[in-house]
Amino acid sequence: MDASEIGTMTIPMNEKIDNLLDDATTGNARLGNRHDSNAQPFIRIENLSKEFDGVTVVDSVNLDIYRGELFAILGGSGCGKTTLLRLLAGFETPSTGRVIIDGIDMTGLPPYQRPVNMMVQSYAVFPHMTVEKNVAYGLKKDGVDKTQIGEQVSQMLSLVQLSGYETRKPHQLSGGQLQRVALARALVKKPKVLLLDEPLAALDKKLRERTQFELMNIQDQLGITFVVVTHDQEEAMNLATRIAVMDDGRFVQTGTPTHVYEYPTNRFVADFVGTTNMFEGTVSRIADEHLLIDTVDFGDIKASPTPGTNVGNQVWLAVRPEKITISKESITSETTTCIKGVVTDLGYYGNRTIYRVTTETSAVIEISAQNQFRASEPILDSEDEVFVSWDLNSGIVLKE
Amino acid sequence: MRQRSTFLFTTLAFGYAFLYLPIVILMVYSFNDSRIQSVWNGFSLRWYASLLDNAQVIDAALLSLQIALISATIATVLGTLAGLSMTHMGRFKGRLLFTGLIAAPLIMPEVITGLSLLLVFVSTEQLIGWPESRGTMTIIIAHITFSMAFVAVIVQSRLSTVDKSLEEAAMDLGGRPYRVAIDVTLPLIAPAMVAGWLLAFTLSLDDLVIASFVSGPGANTLPMVIFSKVKLGVAPDINALATLIITVIGIGVVIAGFVMQRRERARITEYQATR
Repeated sequence: MDASEIGTMTIPMNEKIDNLLDDATTGNARLGNRHDSNAQPFIRIENLSKEFDGVTVVDSVNLDIYRGELFAILGGSGCGKTTLLRLLAGFETPSTGRVIIDGIDMTGLPPYQRPVNMMVQSYAVFPHMTVEKNVAYGLKKDGVDKTQIGEQVSQMLSLVQLSGYETRKPHQLSGGQLQRVALARALVKKPKVLLLDEPLAALDKKLRERTQFELMNIQDQLGITFVVVTHDQEEAMNLATRIAVMDDGRFVQTGTPTHVYEYPTNRFVADFVGTTNMFEGTVSRIADEHLLIDTVDFGDIKASPTPGTNVGNQVWLAVRPEKITISKESITSETTTCIKGVVTDLGYYGNRTIYRVTTETSAVIEISAQNQFRASEPILDSEDEVFVSWDLNSGIVLKE
Repeated sequence: MRQRSTFLFTTLAFGYAFLYLPIVILMVYSFNDSRIQSVWNGFSLRWYASLLDNAQVIDAALLSLQIALISATIATVLGTLAGLSMTHMGRFKGRLLFTGLIAAPLIMPEVITGLSLLLVFVSTEQLIGWPESRGTMTIIIAHITFSMAFVAVIVQSRLSTVDKSLEEAAMDLGGRPYRVAIDVTLPLIAPAMVAGWLLAFTLSLDDLVIASFVSGPGANTLPMVIFSKVKLGVAPDINALATLIITVIGIGVVIAGFVMQRRERARITEYQATR
């Protein structure tokens, strides 16, 4: 459990996440291999800070990453994620703190002495060298034997499916091919850690999705620890074994994708990762099997018991759009919250439809419904009177 | 519409006539058989032949070429180093001032540059006994000082367009800073260095004022010889010499333009490919 404790998770929640992790490990072999709770951290970031002209960009970050993990740092632009990656690569020197990789203190070492390679967003493929020379560059600098270089380069090029492109110049390649050259160039050195800064941001949607799976396969084959920086939460969730959500230079939550999505610990994470309906209120009663929140918009709403909450606390109830049911009839049950409203907006995405329902108190609730059955007409239309409902276990009670 | 194009055509014709008529006249008269400038006496190549016999002019031309080659090469090395360090120093107090100081010789009147250099040479001669006499060496040094500024400015502007992440990538792959400069930076700024060298070469070949100040007995560059000859009246063999120089420079400019255009086109496709 060590690994998922980092971050701001509260201790009583552990049980829940333990179960979650068990589910995940049985269902997902990829994650299972990686997540050895007893392992020593491979990368240890200790109290790392970086200031530029008095502005703190990275603010006392602590993080352990384990061998073979595909770790994602997720955050909006300007949150300090790229600076953190550059601190790991050695392009920036930290104001305070240390970076330890495989037991060796890297702080103060220049980039060319670190067992770490980085792939930047622009790929930075050398424009005056052929594909082959680009990939061979790092090995040459290491003084690897010429025949060895040739062998390893052609191996790596076939791994990234660029065999036959050896003598091409970068300006003859497409964006996706450049990305693979950059990847091969970094991987051929067999670094202990590969850092990827927005590796897929420059590719179009279809190619991005395909490349995500390719990246995971390559990482699986080589067993190199990957640290990916991205602003794209879907990319982070799909790629990573664990995610750290970063805001304003700090980690606000660290955990597995499921953990971060289903059990956000604060409003920022709930809102940044996926979409969330957020209802403000105060805890009015705590019972054994539920607690009651007096919300501003809908009065009393039942929520699952949350440790650490007391009567009178200001809280936010977060409910994911896909966990809300929309129907023409009201649903009544002990554990269900049902609210009446009118469909004011709807967006049809083919596989799902997003409804925005305005309630009598003019609060807006977003619902995402899977279009499970074929229909030529939408089942619900604008101006339809509807009931939205969710189970008390679907709501997340957030205190900050 | 028709009228407007006539007007444009006329202004264009006048403009080009203004620029190139004197040169054309000079070139035409270099083939004039007559000794007197203004009288056309039929086509002849005799002035070109007499030029070849004129040892003074040939020596001066060779000296000028030698000075230009050496000073352009050294200026390119020093100017590139200056440009590199200016862009790689990062931000520091007074950076703008130093950048300005590098470019200052570009606008400095030649008379002042020449005079100040002469003063330097005279005082170092008195202080440390060097240079023993002024001549080829002092001209080379003087030419390096002012053409270095041109190279530095050209290299610096090219460097500012070079993606810094390329150098970082090379360093990340294990290249030490000086290897990165040789492997990545230099190949990328090579066109600017070539342009800088060509400019330094022409500036040196062209210079009369500064060379006159710092030259000593026995070291006469081509511009100095031409100028002194013209003072005694324009000799037709000088026309022939000028025609030769213009032809050589013209060919050089056309080649340089062609090469640069091709490089620029390659750069644009490269740029579009990476988008």
